[in-house]
Amino acid sequence: MSPRRRRQIDDRFADAPLDGPLLDVNGVQTFFKTPRGLVRAVDGVSLTLERGKTIGIVGESGSGKSVLSRSIMGLLPNNVVRHGSIKFEGREIGDADTETMRGYWGTQMSMVFQDPMTSLNPVMRVGNQITESLRYHLDVTKDYANETALALLQSVGIPEAERRMREYPHQLSGGMRQRVMIAIALACGPRLLFADEPTTALDVTVQAQILDLLQAQQRERFMAMVLVTHDLGVVAGRADNTGVMYAGQIVEYASTRTLFSETRHPYTEALLKSIPKLSQPSHTRLDAISGRPPDLVSPPVGCKFAARCGFAQPKCIAEEPALSDETTPGHAFRCFYPVGTPAGTDALERNLAAGVTATGLTVTRVGDALATGVDAVIA
Amino acid sequence: MLEHSPSTVAAPVDAPPPATEPPPPDTEFVRARSQRVGLGGILGIIWLGFVAICAIVIPMVVKNPTNPGLLAARGMFKVSGHPLGGDSAGNDMLLQLAKGARSSLIVAIGAVAVGLVLGGTLGLIAGYYRGRIDTLLTSTFNILLAIPQFVLAVALVSVLANDSISKQGIPVPVTTGRRLAVLVIALGIVSTPILARITRANTLQWAQREFVLAARAQGATNRRVMIREVLPNVLPAMFSIALLGIAVAMVAEGGLSILGVGVHLPGVSWGSLIAQGRNSLQSQPSVVFEPIVCLFLTVLSLNYLGDVVRARFDVRESVL
Repeated sequence: MSPRRRRQIDDRFADAPLDGPLLDVNGVQTFFKTPRGLVRAVDGVSLTLERGKTIGIVGESGSGKSVLSRSIMGLLPNNVVRHGSIKFEGREIGDADTETMRGYWGTQMSMVFQDPMTSLNPVMRVGNQITESLRYHLDVTKDYANETALALLQSVGIPEAERRMREYPHQLSGGMRQRVMIAIALACGPRLLFADEPTTALDVTVQAQILDLLQAQQRERFMAMVLVTHDLGVVAGRADNTGVMYAGQIVEYASTRTLFSETRHPYTEALLKSIPKLSQPSHTRLDAISGRPPDLVSPPVGCKFAARCGFAQPKCIAEEPALSDETTPGHAFRCFYPVGTPAGTDALERNLAAGVTATGLTVTRVGDALATGVDAVIA
Repeated sequence: MLEHSPSTVAAPVDAPPPATEPPPPDTEFVRARSQRVGLGGILGIIWLGFVAICAIVIPMVVKNPTNPGLLAARGMFKVSGHPLGGDSAGNDMLLQLAKGARSSLIVAIGAVAVGLVLGGTLGLIAGYYRGRIDTLLTSTFNILLAIPQFVLAVALVSVLANDSISKQGIPVPVTTGRRLAVLVIALGIVSTPILARITRANTLQWAQREFVLAARAQGATNRRVMIREVLPNVLPAMFSIALLGIAVAMVAEGGLSILGVGVHLPGVSWGSLIAQGRNSLQSQPSVVFEPIVCLFLTVLSLNYLGDVVRARFDVRESVL
């Protein structure tokens, strides 16, 4: 790398404060303009991410978790309205244009995509795909870029890296391709890595390897990471803090340990219960969450989860609970009747006694578990 | 440099490479039957190679281009040293055909090259940026396509190759070289909207792929994404159509020559040879049929080759 270019890159961030959070997201809203109306994909999300830490974003399909990470990075299509503040190293980038953001992409923040089958260029050699951004950003010689790419491929655990450099993506397996994607994302030494469901498209056997690799690289490079997934098992033990997203909002946010041990939001609890356990006898009915997420063009007035929630009370339909950590500092949730509190237990008992929640959802108890909707009717 | 700035060179991780990922099957030798070159393709390549060699070599080796004997003894194999006979002016037909191949190939390939560059660039821009630029460019292509192609070509040639008038008021005919250039530009402009539309359709498809977003997320500029990520994926489709385009341009050049706006004497092309010979069609049919056979075989070969490329790279007809 030429010293001149390196200095240019450093100069741009020289006055960036070394203290304070790396990423400070405040009230971000991302709306898609569609013929049906505005789709409120992300509706008021706030996050803080310290240097070198990991944040987990968990939610089901359509909860806005991928859109959130792309909103922060500014990688959105044109039919988007974005509000709110995004501060990266203390600098406001929420209203930055593509030209400004290009200065951050690759060198400051980078992304690993979900499907390694489609996120590599099929007609470009693996080595070239890595050197591409190196040469572009860092103005290095071809030989230097090739050496760096080789070192990167070795560091992401690709055997026979020298041979793989000259191969095309179709010659690699899914896990290998995701390793290459990680190598590409890490090439220019970003401070923040978005991992957008990095293991969803992979075999279960490879998933843990890729997650371990991400974690190892993150620690080594003192890089912050936003780990987006639909699988609570992925964030467990890997993310420092975890936010659970539902219908474009964060419904519960806490340190990952607290989130699992003291679950407060009924949605988080339902997600946790829907994971099959090895201790269960075979053919145990899964605790599915009945119903589907609300229409994001016209979301309900009250709590977004009320229609699927066994705890729902009339207040949940009328009012929207705010994300607050008043009762338990450091543990924020959006619920009037949180799980594991007297109010929540009381609300659930009342609904069970009536057999139906305030939103008209059938609810019964099957053994230890709670059954709602169709499952309750069957039971 | 910041204290925590991570190095771009990564140190190896302790974790051993995983053994659970099986190597992908070797697909090199498993090629579908439809993707083989086939007899038509092989014969096409042989013919095109033969024509190209003849076009280069024959004008260098023929010693006596004109022979008065050719006017008396008409037809093939009548005069020794002139196996294909002579044209209506007594020139050696083999030499004329070779010269004709030169200009026909130059015009056709040149025109498609112009079309590829112009149409490819515009199509790539339209398909990548979409929105207003796309609407503007696409409607321009549609208007150009709505004008009868041949009329457009004739009009362009007439305008571009207008005989200049000297100071004495005598018209000065344009040189053969200039005329070839004009034909290349005119037919290139005619082929531009077709190639642009194909490029645009393919670009639309490829620009939506995740690897394009991934490249953008790495900080690549739009120009870089277009050239390095999208274009290589679109090229097979462009080339497959370009091969068919060369065939069409060759026939179009012949048509222009017959109308008198193509290659003029002293230059010859296959089309102008047909045009010259059509008056003696009754007495000396070989003068017309020889260039026709050359044109026919060349166009057929190009079509076969285009099919081979399309099958090989799996270019779907639906996007054309």
